[in-house]
Amino acid sequence: MAKTALQFRHNGRDVAIFVDGGTNLLVALRELIGDMTPKFGCGQGGCGTCSVLIDGELHLSCLTLAETVAGRSVETLDGIKDGPNLHPLQRAFADNFAAQCGYCTPGMLMAAKALLDRNSQPSRAEVVEAISGNICRCTGYEPIINAVLAAASVSRARA
Amino acid sequence: MPVTVKTFTSSGEAAAALSSDRSARYLGGGTLVMRALNEGDVSISTIVRANDHAMMRIDATGSRVTLGAGVTFARILAERDLAFLHPPARSIGGPAVRNMGTVGGNLFASNPYGDFTVAMLALDATVSVQGGLGSREVPIEEFLQSRERQTGTLVLAISFTKPASADAFRYCKIARIKPKGGAVITLAAYLPMNGSRIVGARVALGSMAPIPIRARAAERALEGRSLDASTISAAATAAVEGTSPGDNALASAWYRREIVGVHLRRLLSGQE
Repeated sequence: MAKTALQFRHNGRDVAIFVDGGTNLLVALRELIGDMTPKFGCGQGGCGTCSVLIDGELHLSCLTLAETVAGRSVETLDGIKDGPNLHPLQRAFADNFAAQCGYCTPGMLMAAKALLDRNSQPSRAEVVEAISGNICRCTGYEPIINAVLAAASVSRARA
Repeated sequence: MPVTVKTFTSSGEAAAALSSDRSARYLGGGTLVMRALNEGDVSISTIVRANDHAMMRIDATGSRVTLGAGVTFARILAERDLAFLHPPARSIGGPAVRNMGTVGGNLFASNPYGDFTVAMLALDATVSVQGGLGSREVPIEEFLQSRERQTGTLVLAISFTKPASADAFRYCKIARIKPKGGAVITLAAYLPMNGSRIVGARVALGSMAPIPIRARAAERALEGRSLDASTISAAATAAVEGTSPGDNALASAWYRREIVGVHLRRLLSGQE
């Protein structure tokens, strides 16, 4: 079956790939572009570890048909650090022990970034709501919630 | 297995492609069809898409609300005129699912999903569909009863009359995981008042049958009465009549029958 040419922006860089019909964005990112930061968890939209931002909006890459991102901007965890410097959310996750096995962390960070990008001073309830589509089986969520709130207060201190 | 993806700019072309191929599915937000593909559903060999702006439209300014099939739950939550629909929209998925999942797709979501459709059933919505023979308006109950045979029709929009007052429409979803999780049961009630009497009561239940159903016995208990304690008790007792819930990992059929009246009582008393 013929492949389809697909171009989009991946973490600020233009990429061009060929995809099979029906390929999801997660497979395109991991297997065709080599960005291993979004993870495959359930493939059903239940776990959130494949979360990416499409034009700044949180989406599940495993449920996104790859060719629907043609011409759009896709941001993954790989793109949020600034050179050697961790993103404030990554720093806060490390400082607050918000990752244990780490499998949910890429999705948690992208869900948290989607929140802070539009609401730099969220309440605790807003943080809980923002990560409600992401499952963590290690931490019990509290360290993750604390980390997101800590990252928000760091950005407040800088502002 | 690779599938063929067909993308059209008009809903008419998409509907024609959909109706001419039994193994074709319409891709909306992806939360149902991509999930099926990820699970290896070999019954799907073609994906049909439409980039038709009409399917993305929200018209909520007048007394009649029309939601294009491609309207996402996140967009409903951003619409102040649709505040009465925020509880059902918010009860679906996490933020990513709400950014993707659509009103049209929800009509096809089987238990324990499809909560928004329960709200639409309570509001007596009309589904605009386009098949091979042109477009038509279908009452939502009729649409749901033949849902299994509707994969070849394209849903264009859903429309309904805006509730006369904020209090007239009520919704609650019972889930084990909050704020996100599949439904144990879902309840929606529309109680238009004429003076102090309920006229045109509609009560809809999700996960109490293979498709969302109306609790007609509870509706009869409410009709023409004022919403007082004895009316609420009668409706709560009648809620289970005519239901046929199933067992799943979230709850047993027995449990669903036990709790449906309890939650209807709370919903009608303003406790949920």
